[in-house]
Amino acid sequence: MRPRSAFRPALALTAPLVLFLAFAYALPFLGVALWSVTLPEPGVGQYERLVSDPLVLSVFLRTFRICFLVTLIAVACAYAVTYVWVRGTRLQRRLIEICIFVPFWISLLTRAFGWLALLSNRGIVNSWLQALGLIDAPLALVRNEPSVIAGMVHVLIPFAVLPLASAMRTVDERVLLAARGMGASRLRIFWSVFFPMTLPGVIGATLIVFVFSLGFFVTPAILGGGRSIMVAELVYLRMFQSPDWGLGAAISVALVVLVAALMGLLARFARLGLMGSGR
Amino acid sequence: MRLQRPGPVAVVLALLVGVFLLLPLLAVVPISFTPGRLLTLPKGSLSLTHYRTLFENPDWLTSILLSARIALFTSVIATGLATSFALGIWMLQPRFSQLLVGFVLLPMIVPPVVSAMTLYFLLTGMSQVSHAIGFDSVIGVTLAHVVMTVPFAVVMVLVALAQVDRRIDLAARGMGAGVVQRIVHVILPNIGFGVATAALLVFVLSWEEIGVTLFITSVDAITLPRLMWMGLRDNVDPAVAAISVVLIVVTTLILLARMALQRRPDFEEE
Repeated sequence: MRPRSAFRPALALTAPLVLFLAFAYALPFLGVALWSVTLPEPGVGQYERLVSDPLVLSVFLRTFRICFLVTLIAVACAYAVTYVWVRGTRLQRRLIEICIFVPFWISLLTRAFGWLALLSNRGIVNSWLQALGLIDAPLALVRNEPSVIAGMVHVLIPFAVLPLASAMRTVDERVLLAARGMGASRLRIFWSVFFPMTLPGVIGATLIVFVFSLGFFVTPAILGGGRSIMVAELVYLRMFQSPDWGLGAAISVALVVLVAALMGLLARFARLGLMGSGR
Repeated sequence: MRLQRPGPVAVVLALLVGVFLLLPLLAVVPISFTPGRLLTLPKGSLSLTHYRTLFENPDWLTSILLSARIALFTSVIATGLATSFALGIWMLQPRFSQLLVGFVLLPMIVPPVVSAMTLYFLLTGMSQVSHAIGFDSVIGVTLAHVVMTVPFAVVMVLVALAQVDRRIDLAARGMGAGVVQRIVHVILPNIGFGVATAALLVFVLSWEEIGVTLFITSVDAITLPRLMWMGLRDNVDPAVAAISVVLIVVTTLILLARMALQRRPDFEEE
């Protein structure tokens, strides 16, 4: 055995990516952090705006409200599909796999467009409702907050499925059988036994979905139609429409701090492999 | 064997969610055959006008080719870097390797808009050196895509490596194989499928990347998603419906092929 001999080659294999990301990602982020305290003038003025500028505040509040609702709905929906995916018959599992993984691999833009095709003024829902004579004029179903929420839930459900699935798979079947043997009803078994046992997965899924929803840009921008602007779109607008790089940078730094705090929570609560999200 | 199958309520709920997930994909199909210039359902006659646009309009063709080229470069570079890194971690496996893995996964966890801003900073800086490698250049976009996709490749390769029996490697080492021989003849053949999946994943992710691309391109490097974005943002161009259908069909075919090739995951046997 030459246990030491592998050390240097292993280091040489690891180094390229670490160095690449250090130069192409970590260093530039420090540059962005620097922008946040130097543009347009040195000082913490941009951070003061984060907590005092009514526009910025309202965008942050809207983002939190939307992300909170999206997380709630996405995790609940994901719980239902995962439950059947993990415990269902072979056919049920296959069908659910298709429903989850086909949309998962399809681009955000295509999916946002799908929602437009469904909900826009001349879209499918409005056409059908009009053809059926239920409505005279098309309903405004898109370019509003509910359509943003629908689009985001659609994207985020698969991300919640994976942590939920790993939690549900570890539930010991015999415990459920025991509960049934003691005469518990189906509902009782679910609420008092199964659900509490999968709670770590629920917490993990909730945090992951919330973190991912915070940085969402494309879906809200297209489905919101510029009306219900979220934080990421605000950064984009501040970068390219009204050059205000300092504010964009400050928001970026704030988001990173927030996400780091949430990930810290995740690490404490659930020791599940976030990495297993393997899209 | 599952003794407790899900009840009817659970099945119905799951079914509803399944429909919700598939609906927007299916909705694109009829819209793409409309003869009109607007986003509408076809009334009476179907038309392939918007599919023809994809082949005849040079904008679409150029951006499709550009995206394919960038995705190919990104796939090769990111998979190479990720495989090398994962092999190193696998052979190293001391305490601090976890820290390194955490570091390289950052671009996956940090909100995309922050990564976009970071890469904007990097590329505008590089533009000062040369326009060919910075903002709004093919090399710049490729560089950014490598950063954004490499964590996914790392995860894939690490998962594949976790399934390799270390005793095979120990045996090879015991028989005097050097590091290079062990990697080429023992380890790589065992993770071939994982590496191929990583390459495919990176290709798809780069091909459809928009969040970061929007920040780092303007007029020269118009990738396909960027062109779709422009067709969606202002007034909706039905050519986007045609390209969407093509993308959905191709993606589904690739997924099905991958499912067929893959050995069934272990939980299937439970």
